[in-house]
Amino acid sequence: MALLSSLYRLSVTSWKEVMTTTEKHEFPMARTCPFAPPTAYEEIREEEPVSLVRLPDGGQAWVISRHEDVRTVLNDRRFSADRQHPDFPALVEGEAASRRPDEERFLIAMDPPEHGPARKAVLGEFTVRRLEALRPRIQEIVDGQIDALLAGPRPGDLVETLSLPVPSLVICEMLGVPYADHEFFQKHTVKVIKQSTPPEERWAATAAIQGYMADLIAAKEENPPDDLLGRQIVKLRANGTYRRTALVGMGFLLLVAGHETTANMISLSTMAFLRNPEQLAMIKADPAKTLDAVEEMLRYFTIIDVATARLCVEDVEVGGQLIRAGEGVLALGYSANRDPRAFENPDELDIERGARHHVAFGFGPHQCLGQNLARMELQIVFDTLFRRVPGLKLAVDVDELPFKDDANIYGLYRLPVTW
Amino acid sequence: MKIIADTGKCVGAGQCVLTEPALFDQSEDDGTVVVLNRTPEGELVEKAREAAHVCPSQALSLEE
Ligand code: HEM
Ligand code: SF4
Repeated sequence: MALLSSLYRLSVTSWKEVMTTTEKHEFPMARTCPFAPPTAYEEIREEEPVSLVRLPDGGQAWVISRHEDVRTVLNDRRFSADRQHPDFPALVEGEAASRRPDEERFLIAMDPPEHGPARKAVLGEFTVRRLEALRPRIQEIVDGQIDALLAGPRPGDLVETLSLPVPSLVICEMLGVPYADHEFFQKHTVKVIKQSTPPEERWAATAAIQGYMADLIAAKEENPPDDLLGRQIVKLRANGTYRRTALVGMGFLLLVAGHETTANMISLSTMAFLRNPEQLAMIKADPAKTLDAVEEMLRYFTIIDVATARLCVEDVEVGGQLIRAGEGVLALGYSANRDPRAFENPDELDIERGARHHVAFGFGPHQCLGQNLARMELQIVFDTLFRRVPGLKLAVDVDELPFKDDANIYGLYRLPVTW
Repeated sequence: MKIIADTGKCVGAGQCVLTEPALFDQSEDDGTVVVLNRTPEGELVEKAREAAHVCPSQALSLEE
């Protein structure tokens, strides 16, 4: 068996080497302007929309750069999301060697037939209607943090007072995680998503959060409380599929995916509104436009560009290019979201453009599970912040802001504001 | 126009409900789509088209 699989790997490697040595670009590419994708994206999209790039560990992958092709790839089962597979494209040097193919997968790394039932088990908690019921409580949380901002020093840091606490408080309450422990997992989450974290440290941080989650879930088992984790225990027990390790994985993913992402969108969008007062004036005059503005901000910043990597498991042609089983692909959401074929004047921020077909939440079966929660949080934050703090302004120049050029999720480390 | 929803394909993203709650809802149990009105007319026709366009799993098809 071991021999067979090593033979298979050998043959895959050898034709990969034969295949090409002509990548023009290395990947990942850093953003040079906080408001635009890496400059090479446009060149790739216009000249060779499905093209090979060189990865940090020396391997290759296909980048997919056009909106239509990105949607096609992400909705095609011949592309696997199995991030523990040895051939899955590695964006950090040494990451592939640290993979654990025998370990249980998180939802985000599952394929059919495993993925659908695992996702559906928790989806009921994230329906539009279910989330609407949380709106008053989210409003309260946002108001509380704006009170704290206003009571604090001027200038204040919006990241610390508003962007991070709001989504953290919300996801903690939903899951039934004591918010008092947020500093603990905040610290570890940063390590999980920073590109420069060495693989062993990333596993250690992951294990720390999982250990925490396992204890918390074990404590809920005897008398399941009425929170997301408690309800999952009851529901999964009733249909005979409850396993603590699986729920630990789901809890971990929701906790990690649920706060850094939305936090970065709050910071970046607030900054963008302050730099584009005419766009801000539109949502202030007509809050019915805020949800459209949220979609446009998601498109414009596309904070998670490379999460949507896949491994081809059956030959497929994409945009005229044959991609073979065993090859990695990177469906570039940020490139798709700036594709002029899908968005007119794509580099302009225009909250009225109708941006809902963006792929900032991905596309296909893995499209973000928390997207409607994120939308609601962003909507409430913008409506409330600019109404309650009408004189809000940046306290430093944009070029002095600490952007997260070194994280897998783009954003701001700090956003000094005054009013 | 007739809306056909394939709940086997649906991934419960709720984009259709956000587009038009008069046409779509989601199951309480597994989040998949529930079509409230299969034969939209008037302004709802355009909404149904938009929903089919933004649906991430091509779970919605329209018979014109
Ligand atoms: C603005 C904020 C957010 C952005 C930009 C974002 C982006 C994404 C993207 C691009 C994916 C797809 C990854 C792939 O296809 O491989 C994804 C998946 C996911 N997101 Fe989000 N997300 C956000 C907020 C949230 C929140 C608030 C939660 C939870 C409460 C969440 C939970 C998840 C989960 C569980 C998945 C995996 C779904 C699956 O594999 O079926 N996200 N997100
Ligand atoms: S938008 Fe598509 S995938 Fe999402 S709930 Fe509606 S039918 Fe299902």
